[in-house]
Amino acid sequence: MKEIILQQKVGSFAENKDVAREIREQFIKPALAAGVDVVLDFEGVSMATQSFIHALISDPIRIYGANVLDQIAFKNCNESIKTLVTVVCDYMQDSFTNE
Amino acid sequence: MEVHLPNSGFLGNIELFLRKLRFENPKELNISFNPKWVSVHPVILAAVAAIAEECKLNNVPIVVPRQLAPKSYPYFVRMGLFDCIGIKSPQEIEFHEGAGRFVPLRKISSGAELSNFISDMIPLLHAKPENADPIKYVVSELIRNVLEHAESPVGAFICAQYFKNKNRISIGVADRGMGITNSMSISHTVNNDKEAINLALRPGITGTTKRIGGTENNAGAGLFFTRNIAKASDNLFFIYSGNAYFKQLKKKKQPAEQMELFSDPFLDPCTVRSDAKVWNGTIVGLDIAAEGGKSFSHLLGNIRQAYSLDVKHKNKEKYKRPRFI
Repeated sequence: MKEIILQQKVGSFAENKDVAREIREQFIKPALAAGVDVVLDFEGVSMATQSFIHALISDPIRIYGANVLDQIAFKNCNESIKTLVTVVCDYMQDSFTNE
Repeated sequence: MEVHLPNSGFLGNIELFLRKLRFENPKELNISFNPKWVSVHPVILAAVAAIAEECKLNNVPIVVPRQLAPKSYPYFVRMGLFDCIGIKSPQEIEFHEGAGRFVPLRKISSGAELSNFISDMIPLLHAKPENADPIKYVVSELIRNVLEHAESPVGAFICAQYFKNKNRISIGVADRGMGITNSMSISHTVNNDKEAINLALRPGITGTTKRIGGTENNAGAGLFFTRNIAKASDNLFFIYSGNAYFKQLKKKKQPAEQMELFSDPFLDPCTVRSDAKVWNGTIVGLDIAAEGGKSFSHLLGNIRQAYSLDVKHKNKEKYKRPRFI
């Protein structure tokens, strides 16, 4: 299992998409490609933007399909972050049904 | 070119500012002020700063009248307008600690500058942590839009101000980039500026791709969220690009849980015009509740619902849910 502590990389407000891209390319995608489960730990992150969450997880969902959500867990999310993660997961799955 | 700052120019009456814009003669920029006093929304200051910066880059002279309304000096100095225009303040101003809650004009040209700005900004507005989230959110989304899509030679200009008597925080962002029509035209068929603004405000539409869900880096939801954050707190939102502008108006007071969020921005009570002077770039202004609004997570929940309804999926129960542990 690959656990990524987001607060160490983005601080309490997760908005920097350049950092999201780095985390996605350097940690999330390689772990998934190797069949390793990923835990994204939002402990200490009080807010994120939808754009940040999109940059973090949309590409893995597009590449591996919705089942990749069995391999990714979202830990210590507050209600706002849960909502944003859910929005992104929903519309990425919408994109499959509309393609 | 001419820019006039009226005595009052907020989102409700921003036409007082827009009507007096003149871009015909690009060899000189004349900035004039109401002779008695000036109190304007930060979006107007951001717009003036952006066009002034472009003039400085292109060695276009900026002309400012010698006589300014004395009551307006402190306001302009505090908001950093004279620094942005590149002229010395006509009068020395004594600053008093804690006299205001405002974020002076700032030019932002990179993601790192944006992150620093967001950290600096909240203490200046003295916002409580629970009220700071929507402010940080919209600032990040608006500025990143400029940095990623506008190709603005002057970057993004932003400023903000807290209006205690109105219980609101006003934010303005302006750039001198390619504008929404050019940006949306990269991936969509767009016939005019008004149509481009409509597209840009809808959820899930980005200039970077036609694909629903966007690219790995862009979803096309930033402006949809931002517009609805203003709406959900019963405040105004304004966007101007090319010859068109859209102003989302307040709705009659209704309980928050009954507030309907539309994906088509033009379904909301609004003013839409496509006969404005052509602004090269984009200007966005909005007001959000300073205190006492719905919780941000509740607000995001409403926006999420509106987003989902727009794509009209009927088989959502089949969708896999993210695992929160």
